[in-house]
Amino acid sequence: MSHFLEIKGLKKSLGGAEILKGIDMHVQEGEKIVVIGRSGGGKSVLLRHILGLMQPDAGSVTFQGTNLSELGEEALNPYRRQIGMLFQNGALFDSMSVRDNLEFPLLEQGVKDRNELSHRVDEALEVVDLPGQHEKLPAELSGGMKKRVALARAAIGRPRLMLYDEPTTGLDPVVADSINHLINRLGEQLKMASIVVTHDMESAYMIADRMYYLQEGEFYFEGTPEEVRNCSDPMVQKFVQGLSDAKDAIM
Amino acid sequence: MEAVLTTVGAWTLRSLRVTGEISILSYQIGSALLRYGLRWKLFLEQVCFIGINSALVVITTGAFTGAVFAAQVHFQFVRLGMESAVGPTVSVAMCRELAPILCCLLLAGRVGAAMAAEVSSMKITEQIDALRSLGVYPVEYLIVPRFLALMVSAPILTGLALAVGIGAAYLVAVPLLGADGAPYWDNTVKFTDPSDVMIALSKGTIFGLIIAVISCHKGLNPQMGTAGVGRTTTEAVVNSSLAILIFNFFLTFLLNSLFIGQEG
Repeated sequence: MSHFLEIKGLKKSLGGAEILKGIDMHVQEGEKIVVIGRSGGGKSVLLRHILGLMQPDAGSVTFQGTNLSELGEEALNPYRRQIGMLFQNGALFDSMSVRDNLEFPLLEQGVKDRNELSHRVDEALEVVDLPGQHEKLPAELSGGMKKRVALARAAIGRPRLMLYDEPTTGLDPVVADSINHLINRLGEQLKMASIVVTHDMESAYMIADRMYYLQEGEFYFEGTPEEVRNCSDPMVQKFVQGLSDAKDAIM
Repeated sequence: MEAVLTTVGAWTLRSLRVTGEISILSYQIGSALLRYGLRWKLFLEQVCFIGINSALVVITTGAFTGAVFAAQVHFQFVRLGMESAVGPTVSVAMCRELAPILCCLLLAGRVGAAMAAEVSSMKITEQIDALRSLGVYPVEYLIVPRFLALMVSAPILTGLALAVGIGAAYLVAVPLLGADGAPYWDNTVKFTDPSDVMIALSKGTIFGLIIAVISCHKGLNPQMGTAGVGRTTTEAVVNSSLAILIFNFFLTFLLNSLFIGQEG
């Protein structure tokens, strides 16, 4: 059976350390996947491979039947336009206003009509609950607002798959909750698949159809949120409950 | 001894790696330009930033360099009875060395630093990855407009520094120091060959290319962290400046044989 996104045997070493040790993963159309795991465990590296920002040492990333790992920078671009990504710190273009940030992906897709651009920007800002913020620069926005604008920019091209890199990190619980709702709402409205990497368990339970637990470069556990909650494995429970042992505490 | 060899080996490897990276970047700039064309809006913005905003600094530098050089040459040549040679001496020196070198060292400090800082900040804050994620080739979007703008602006600014420097030299030598104006100007025109101006403009173009490639390379390969942006920027300026001075030595012989001939 062919999956919407399929990752097979993905391996990556950085600076001599083996970050991903042969990851297998699959995502169906419209499915919301959450990858949990400790900081520095390779979650972001996994997302960067899906988007083709990194090339694997071994293995493949197949998106809609095409092995992205074999494509060069130019050949990747049509696929990248079908995959949106929310970067950990938003990565808004800081020399551009909110409007310019949101228009940028549309202009790159060849949308030139001013009315359509304006309509799509207004629509995107309304979806992320930031109407009327068009002329602000990223430096004038709060952390939560930056994430929302970045989310709007990633989604404005109507991608088929959205990648979220730690979407709630650094946000207060109220803003984090609103971002989680937004991720769910966007997924439903645009009918797109999502992969969220996080170590925020509340976010994970709220968003996930299915969860993967990444432990030392390998998927240690896979299941629904319910299965993760009820999993008796001590390693999984330790992470889920946020417990540290003495060694971790010292580290 | 082992430590010395290790250091030399590491330095050699690093130099080879950087040379390779700069060669690849140069190829990527060329191929991006051919494949995607030029983003005119970004190019003109950069021309404005590099050219127009640098004009005042370049004019000031050209004027005072010409003025001081004319005064120094005048003081020495008067003692030798060669007062009439002040004009051409200043003019040829400004064309062949002073205008392109000083103008482009200034550009390395002002524009090279800005390029390295901007591109490295974008790299560190994942904005370059964001560009890639939106299907945009960063070399085409960020580097090509800066590279071409500098290659166009640097010779124009060099020409500006040259003209202002020669004009300022005239004002110092003739009205201020009392040199005879007619022979000063006649000799300046007589002994300043169009090839001298070509040398100035050629050096300006090549130095502009050097600044752009080194600064953008540094910006795309920054040391991480906030302090890293500072170090990257400093390295871009220092490396560009050193490269300009070293290349100038070789260009002097090359351009001399191209435009003037060995005996020139």
